[in-house]
Amino acid sequence: MNELAELVPYLGKHKPRAARAVVILIALVAPLIAILFGRTWVRVLDFALLYMMLALGLNLVVGFAGLLDLGYIAFYAVGAYTWAFLASPHFAEAFPAFAAGIGAADGIHLPFWLVLPVGAALAALAGIILGFPVLRLRGDYLAIVTLGFGEIVRIFMNNLNYPINITNGPQGINLLDSMNLFGWDLARSIKLAGFKIDSLFFYYYFFLLCVVGSILFIQRLQISRVGRAWAAMRDDELAAKAIGINIRNMKLLAFSLGATFGGVAGGLFGAFQGFVSPESFSLMESIAVLVMVVFGGMGNIAGAVVGALILTALPEILRHIALPLQQALFGQVVLDPEVLRMLLYSLAMILMMLLRPKGLIPAHARYSRPEFVAAGEARA
Amino acid sequence: MPSEGDTALLQLDGVQVAYGAIEAVKGVDLMLFEGEMVCLIGANGAGKTTTLNAIAGTLPLAGGTIRYRGEDLARLPAHKRLKLGIALVPEGRGIFTRLTVEENLRMGAYIRKDADGVAADLARVFDMLPRIRERLHQVAGTLSGGEQQMLAIGRALLSRPRLLLLDEPSMGLAPLIVEKIFEVVQSVREEGVSILLVEQNANLALEFAQRGYVMESGRITLAGSGRELLENPAVRAAYLGESD
Repeated sequence: MNELAELVPYLGKHKPRAARAVVILIALVAPLIAILFGRTWVRVLDFALLYMMLALGLNLVVGFAGLLDLGYIAFYAVGAYTWAFLASPHFAEAFPAFAAGIGAADGIHLPFWLVLPVGAALAALAGIILGFPVLRLRGDYLAIVTLGFGEIVRIFMNNLNYPINITNGPQGINLLDSMNLFGWDLARSIKLAGFKIDSLFFYYYFFLLCVVGSILFIQRLQISRVGRAWAAMRDDELAAKAIGINIRNMKLLAFSLGATFGGVAGGLFGAFQGFVSPESFSLMESIAVLVMVVFGGMGNIAGAVVGALILTALPEILRHIALPLQQALFGQVVLDPEVLRMLLYSLAMILMMLLRPKGLIPAHARYSRPEFVAAGEARA
Repeated sequence: MPSEGDTALLQLDGVQVAYGAIEAVKGVDLMLFEGEMVCLIGANGAGKTTTLNAIAGTLPLAGGTIRYRGEDLARLPAHKRLKLGIALVPEGRGIFTRLTVEENLRMGAYIRKDADGVAADLARVFDMLPRIRERLHQVAGTLSGGEQQMLAIGRALLSRPRLLLLDEPSMGLAPLIVEKIFEVVQSVREEGVSILLVEQNANLALEFAQRGYVMESGRITLAGSGRELLENPAVRAAYLGESD
């Protein structure tokens, strides 16, 4: 939060409390402004928040612990498919006899407070499964294995419809339950005193709550013993061993904790979208999240948040400008929006490497207790 | 000189270490007694650093045993050996370049929970290394080579070791600085910490150490007191840059 507040021009430096208020205000009114341009934009903001969670989680692995992970989206997939399996009619369609037998003729519909933790736990488990074989790998080799892991998970999702139909294959799973907070269905718009409050708003504030919770947790984590151990490991693995850090456990913890965020975000995605298919979890998505982290500034919470926001919103803005523009100029669409998105990401990376090699918001070198850092800076 | 009957603080018997199929250390026997400073000298690639890493537990053994105060270390990972009092100062310093000097030192006490003890040790390290105290809030990567080496030693001391494993503290440093480093090492020993020193700078190492071992292609070929080795013509020819 503080890191974000520092970004506010002028106020960030001189009036930190006011700056913090500005950040909170922006976060609260953003969808109200977005709706002026159409529902699509509120939807974009919802997705931006999901990507923020992903970027925050990946930042733990890549930024804090220094482990390059190119298959991160697999954990998102695990979370989303857990939701799809435990909160949709799919179970009844895939195993009608069995489902009827256990009294679940219309599928399994577990509440969110059960499904989200299960999804997070399964994702954490997947993180450990990925972590074990790559303990000794670093750099390029680590990247290749994690990339392979991401693809394996996607291919599993694509093919696990036979002999037992678990994932419904390439068609994906449909009609997922929406987020239901103890009887309050977030997907239903509410009419209040003549105003219709769109369900997208509810999702926005719910996701915002999740993101803020994640940020607070990660902030504590960063200055904890674990956070310091990761920073040491990232700087110099041998030296980290020499000061008594258990490298194996710390790496596994990084992978599993990072994966947990992916799993939760995946569950939220499933509930929000109401539909999951393997297509959503391609290698390109892994890369997109990584680009958000790197673009924002590796090892930095504010960087992950801003990176995710910009790189989710910009392609959408571009899409709305570029499509009509292409129609007008060439009479047809020459560049597909998805191609444009990747083009923009590459361009963002190139510009960043040239202009701000440490990312939009470079991480502080220090990670000790904040009061300690402040004291150090005052004396320096 | 310690007598034969004492139990050694550290005892290596037929230690072998391999990188895949390549055997880097082919059977090393070595002893170190409490309070001693012992050096291990030899040419590049003789297996000195590998031996040191095996003792610290950052490399697995292929054969032989390492005993510390009579206890076999075989199954103990590096972080548990540190808790027993074996601290390694890795080759090339291995400081955390992006952290400040103070943070580096505090990281040295990572395994400790006694805040008061850490504070006292910090003060002790500052007394020993006044240069480091002056640079407390500087990012460690911006220190000079000699200061980085001192910081690395200081950081290791914060784990309150009984045995300090020093890997080439003189590497890449100017002769004047090297002497300063050796003075620091000497004062560490005077505080009662035993030291196993790996060095290419055989002359200085043998001068400071009570005993020394000469290592050649994975084996110990000579052992003796520092003086004996300094006067040994074979050592003089091979490692002290003298022709007969």
